[in-house]
Amino acid sequence: MTEWKTVVVETDLLICGGGMAACGAAVETAHWAKQRGLKVTLVDKAAVDRSGAVAMGLSAINLYVDLNGGKNTVRDYVDYVRNDLMGITREDLVANIARHVDSTVHMFEKWGLPIWKDEKGQYVHEGRWQVMISGESYKAIVAEAAKKALAEAGGEYFERVFLTHPLMVDGRCVGAMGFSVRENTIYVFKAKAVLTAMGGAVHVFKPRSTGEGIGRSWYPPFNSAGSAAFTITAGAEMTCQEVRFVPVRFKDAYGPVGAWFLLFKAIATNALGEDYMATNDAELDKWGPYGRAKPTPANLRNWLMMMDIQKGKGPIYMQTGDAINRISKAMPDEKAARKKLKELESEAWEDFLDMTIAQALLWAATNVEPEKKPSEIMACEPYFIGSHSGASGAWVSGPKDLQTPDTESEYFWGYANMTTVPGLFAAGDASGASSHKFSSGSFTEGRIAGKSALAFIADKGNGATVSDAQIAALTAEILQPLETFEKHRDDTTDPDINPSYLRPKQFMSRLQKVMDEYAGGVSTQLATSKAQLEKGLELLAFLREDASKLGAETLHELMRCWENRHRLLQAEAHMRSVLFRDETRWPGYYVRTDKPAMDQANWLAFCNSKYNRETGQWTMVKRPVKYLTRDAER
Amino acid sequence: MPSYVITSKCDGCKALDRTACQYICPNDLMTLDRQKMKAYNRDPVMCWECFNCVKMCPTQAIEVRGYSDFVPLGASVSALRSTEDIMWTVQFRNPEIKPKRFKFPIRRGVSEGQIQPHGHFPTGTDDLNSPLLMGEPSALNTEQGPVKLGGLAELALSRSPNGGK
Ligand SMILES: Cc1cc2nc3c(=O)[nH]c(=O)nc-3n(C[C@H](O)[C@H](O)[C@H](O)COP(=O)(O)OP(=O)(O)OC[C@H]3O[C@@H](n4cnc5c(N)ncnc54)[C@H](O)[C@@H]3O)c2cc1C
Ligand code: SF4
Ligand code: SF4
Repeated sequence: MTEWKTVVVETDLLICGGGMAACGAAVETAHWAKQRGLKVTLVDKAAVDRSGAVAMGLSAINLYVDLNGGKNTVRDYVDYVRNDLMGITREDLVANIARHVDSTVHMFEKWGLPIWKDEKGQYVHEGRWQVMISGESYKAIVAEAAKKALAEAGGEYFERVFLTHPLMVDGRCVGAMGFSVRENTIYVFKAKAVLTAMGGAVHVFKPRSTGEGIGRSWYPPFNSAGSAAFTITAGAEMTCQEVRFVPVRFKDAYGPVGAWFLLFKAIATNALGEDYMATNDAELDKWGPYGRAKPTPANLRNWLMMMDIQKGKGPIYMQTGDAINRISKAMPDEKAARKKLKELESEAWEDFLDMTIAQALLWAATNVEPEKKPSEIMACEPYFIGSHSGASGAWVSGPKDLQTPDTESEYFWGYANMTTVPGLFAAGDASGASSHKFSSGSFTEGRIAGKSALAFIADKGNGATVSDAQIAALTAEILQPLETFEKHRDDTTDPDINPSYLRPKQFMSRLQKVMDEYAGGVSTQLATSKAQLEKGLELLAFLREDASKLGAETLHELMRCWENRHRLLQAEAHMRSVLFRDETRWPGYYVRTDKPAMDQANWLAFCNSKYNRETGQWTMVKRPVKYLTRDAER
Repeated sequence: MPSYVITSKCDGCKALDRTACQYICPNDLMTLDRQKMKAYNRDPVMCWECFNCVKMCPTQAIEVRGYSDFVPLGASVSALRSTEDIMWTVQFRNPEIKPKRFKFPIRRGVSEGQIQPHGHFPTGTDDLNSPLLMGEPSALNTEQGPVKLGGLAELALSRSPNGGK
């Protein structure tokens, strides 16, 4: 094999990832680290300017509490998130983000992010918690601030370095390893504390598209379970691994529906023109107090829609024309109506162009003029995105000052956002049971976790040093796919078909087929059962063995190999959690056909899991749900 | 809608110190063929059509064609980004529908490279263990009155610089 070099980087805090949470951590920790002479290092697999879920831009900041605008309180937000997750949420984590998030948004504005304002200078709201932005350069702006903050504090950032493994000594996380996707270099980062923020996961389940369009998943194909794999491998306790997210979006290009539902108050109907939320209303009584919560939890809205599809009443349409007509009719005269129409049109297209350009192209290619013709919506394939309406991630400590005597023993162990592994912190999609953080909340949680990690460093100082043997063993493991490919490539005349290795895409297809058919993917309308899951796990075990036979021809392919190994860990954690719960929890995200009803008596518990890297064994455990809000429904 | 490169327009970013499209693609797809000095998308099925390569290419050599498995041919979306705004042109498959043109701002009041990450709001504490973050409490708009936390007494973040401890 060609020569490889090893670069060792010593730092105090290591930030893994360069997305919203990581950039929040960089900006915040640079402030405190500068005062204390600490070094902060950030590592991203891509270019920070355009990496992660915000790479394309966004059209709204989905979490702004407006604590001083007079309308909302932290309590209101906590109530909203708890109901949306059907009672399963860590109120301490949600409240902690909510009490800080406004300060993040105000900072974004100072950095030049164009937030829409009305005539009175107030932010324009899309919905109760969402503010509209012209966000084409959202990520570039946040990245500029993060990189500059790091530079000013004497920190460093590395781009195009793909992180594969945590470094562990005596149960403490003391760094990470990975490789450059540009030159033959292994990177070893040695740190006193590590913050992981490498996003969620897609392409664990088979996408709906079959050809070129598989890249047009709602969730970006480059977020490949980096966070989950990192914390699982480190032996951290994981939570809510069953809480996948299935967004309903405009069909095929997966463009956003938020502006239509929230801003334009559009209604979705089945092909017969019936509003499925009204005709299937009685179903909501089956889902405890959550069915009647306002707003209806996202998964139940999905479920009512899917009921109609299963009854043969599809396609489902967003009635864009009705919404536009209603708004323009409410105008005082025709001139005002024409002006309003123009405004709405521009807002509707900007919603797509800022964050899902493909949707604009699909509308143009199918001659959609939204005022004239409705557009089809559909549930996507399942994703793992704990910062959105999913909840999967690491089980982390809450902040001390928010605990009640009742919650403290369960939810606090020293440092806010530290996982159960000392020295390993998580934020954004990487931390679980604290949904609805979105871009602003993830950035905020990164700030909280980063500051907390510095407090850990101040208290604990150096960890033990990593042995050269550990580094050598991991280096060999990381590079194995290149070696495997090189050794066997000439055994056959077609490098794609070779009995000695699997190329990463072949491996991914197998993973997706197992997940789709056995774990409730789109082919089974999100339905699975105990027997299905057990069979699926049997097939995953073969895949886990075959993971050692991945082959890579290039550095790019080596990255693809490791992305898929990461996805495999996410897949296994998910299947085991859906199996362990033994009930249908979030219809609309998944249904356990063998246990279709809600199990009220056993409902309020977190489903947590832990993986042992040495033995390959998983341990499942339930943790109690305890609320800060005392009078909340129990 | 995978990206593709127009042969006659791509100059391989010869004059720059890095290949723009290769530098920016979040999925590591854009690749420079050093023999031909032309870029290409090495794995179109993994393209999110985020348009970052399109917006970044100095010669406007990159365009996108709708995904073959669900987008009918004939339409196009193109972007032209300046330092302050972005201009979009949306062309429909049906040529009788008038193409749409939009211009949206991308930065307001602070140009690229001029962001000051810190110092916009004074920080109320030096204590690493305080729940207050950099710039707080003032960044929470506390000058407009107390922050409304909604009866969660424990959340009294803004009461004292040390977070009400
Ligand atoms: C389609 C879509 C639309 C959305 N719309 C909105 C919206 O309108 N408003 C809103 O507020 N929020 C929205 N969100 C949510 C928001 O984007 C996320 O909540 C937020 O980006 C999460 O931040 P994060 O830091 O956890 O992950 P990301 O921002 O996704 O960052 C992950 C980072 O990790 C890096 N990484 C991944 N793996 C590795 C590895 N192995 N090694 C090194 N680096 C790695 C990535 O390159 C990236 O830098 C949307 C999300 C999606 C997917
Ligand atoms: S950015 Fe444009 S000119 Fe430069 S290599 Fe890529 S396609 Fe060619
Ligand atoms: S459109 Fe985005 S994902 Fe596709 S090649 Fe260009 S930068 Fe990469």
